[in-house]
Amino acid sequence: MSRVWTRFAWNRGAVAASLILVSMMLACLVGPFLTGHEPGRIYPDLVRIAPGLAAHPEPGEVVPALARLAFRMRVSVSDVTVSGDRVRMVVSDPARPVDERVLAYLPRSDLFGAPRIVERLDEGRRLVVEAPLGRLRFLMGTDMLGRDLLTRSLVAGRVSLLIGGVATAVALLIGIAYGAAAGYLGGVADAVMMRIVDILYALPFVFFVIMLLVFFPSGLGLILVAIGAVEWLDMARLVRAQTLSLRARDFVRAAEALGLSTPAILWRHIVPNTLGPVTVAATLLVPKVILLESFLSFLGLGVQEPATSWGALIADGARTLESAPWMLAGPAAFLVLTLIALNTIGDGLADALDPRLSET
Amino acid sequence: MIGFVLRRLAQAIPTLFLVVTGSFFLIRLAPGGPFDLERPLPPAAMQNLARVYGLDQPLIVQYSRYLAALIQGDLGPSFSFRDLTVADLFARGLPVSMTLGGLALLLSLSVGIGLGAWAAFRRGGWIDRAIGLLAGLTLAIPTFVVAPLLQIVFGLSLRWLPVGSWEGGAPSHLVLPVLTLALPQIGAIARLTRTSLNETLNAQPVRTMRAMGLPPRRVARHALRGALLPVVAILGPVAAGLLTGSVVVETIFGLPGIGRAFVDGALNRDYTLVMGTVILVALFVTLLNIVADIACALLDPRLRHGR
Repeated sequence: MSRVWTRFAWNRGAVAASLILVSMMLACLVGPFLTGHEPGRIYPDLVRIAPGLAAHPEPGEVVPALARLAFRMRVSVSDVTVSGDRVRMVVSDPARPVDERVLAYLPRSDLFGAPRIVERLDEGRRLVVEAPLGRLRFLMGTDMLGRDLLTRSLVAGRVSLLIGGVATAVALLIGIAYGAAAGYLGGVADAVMMRIVDILYALPFVFFVIMLLVFFPSGLGLILVAIGAVEWLDMARLVRAQTLSLRARDFVRAAEALGLSTPAILWRHIVPNTLGPVTVAATLLVPKVILLESFLSFLGLGVQEPATSWGALIADGARTLESAPWMLAGPAAFLVLTLIALNTIGDGLADALDPRLSET
Repeated sequence: MIGFVLRRLAQAIPTLFLVVTGSFFLIRLAPGGPFDLERPLPPAAMQNLARVYGLDQPLIVQYSRYLAALIQGDLGPSFSFRDLTVADLFARGLPVSMTLGGLALLLSLSVGIGLGAWAAFRRGGWIDRAIGLLAGLTLAIPTFVVAPLLQIVFGLSLRWLPVGSWEGGAPSHLVLPVLTLALPQIGAIARLTRTSLNETLNAQPVRTMRAMGLPPRRVARHALRGALLPVVAILGPVAAGLLTGSVVVETIFGLPGIGRAFVDGALNRDYTLVMGTVILVALFVTLLNIVADIACALLDPRLRHGR
């Protein structure tokens, strides 16, 4: 086993891919706390901001944003001047003195800092107010509702990676149990069990998954089960083939002679010895599952708002491709990067496990 | 050989029966019906509708009726498109999907095998690596990302090709959908061809041929024939992949095919349309698997006589 790891460690591409994958997982896990935005936080004045390093609101965005705030504050705002990182404005109400508490709206929008009243004119009907500009940054831009795309992509990544992991685990469990049982029991049981797999294999399963998700109230659990239940077939075939060759080996014979029960033999002797190829297959299954989930989410059948996944974000992006191409580019880059990393790791593991395959 | 074909055909029957039964009960067990609207219909109207479509009968009666009709090739009336039967809808959508899928299959086989063989013959060189990278990319970039990108580049920026719609299958309207559909399969087939050809090129018979001084072209031809076996064997999964892809492609490019009919039907709880699509797709994939098996048997005498 250690030789396998050595060979893997010498495979520069695979190691790089592992690093990318680990950083992606870490980023999705802790990143949303570091971006400074809540994933669901909507900035109505900062809709469809292009990606960049600039701090928002930019000078051009101040006046429309203040106009909207003034409407809610039920005052009128005039003489807006932006100087450096501060904005100066006149808040006025023709009928009565301005209720100074409405100024709390300014910091609440996150676009401005705490306001300071510089001067009170006309018995408080006109206030000269100064406030620092907010410093909001959207590295990957915002979506059509004004939500930070980076935060959302990272949160979406959690869902996508979680589904990838859990659905693979489901497929793994079913596949190993089924394959090991079929391979070990042999004879009629094996023939029948593999015949069933053959039958299922010939089915267009994605259509079944779509059917399931449409007709039953969808949720994360159903998606996990549906995908896991579809993808175990490869695993079952693989484990069965391995088991068949293991069954005739001496240590299994010895265990039989010692009177171990069938489940015990399967658990102690067969399954652990199939783990190498199974690990490879599982690693390559994760990207397939993530792709399937994003496919479903793209069709609107997967993860539902307010939760989101890469597929759902890409679907949004595809819809606004002309006006906001970054909404597709960002999440798609995350997804593709993850898929490539997982595929590379899987290939690397396969090579490390059986160098002959890649050297031929 | 004929026995082999007949046996495979006979094996397909339980598969299809399973599909019909499974999807029938799955759909009927799900909550909600095809006539649930935002504003519920009056109970009397609901009863009438249910009677017309036979939904007031016990499930098992509905099932046997459906099965009996199905054996005569009747897929029943569509629930969401009034006045149309599922067969009518298929008659409309099938040519679209078949054209799309057939062309994509041709494209992915020719380009995939070509690229894979090229990579294998230039093993270790930059061409090999470039093709490997390309194949990896097409496998990792989902169809629903590729499609909008192609639309933007070739449709909106360069204005070379239309971004969608069918227009009776005009060639210019086919290019982008077919390309999108074929790309992931091209990657998969290229990879498989490369691996399999690498193995074959190192196999004893091929090495002997080379040692005997056969011209490289003839060696390549022999090796390729042997190497194509695994490619033929995955025709079934490739077809399934194309069918899955067609759902996305037809939705994005606005093509009136079976894939889109399925999604629309599912969203409208059109029982018969969804059932019909699933049966059709299962039939198609099963037949392709059989064709692939037969082709494998023709290519490889061991398989033919082994059984």
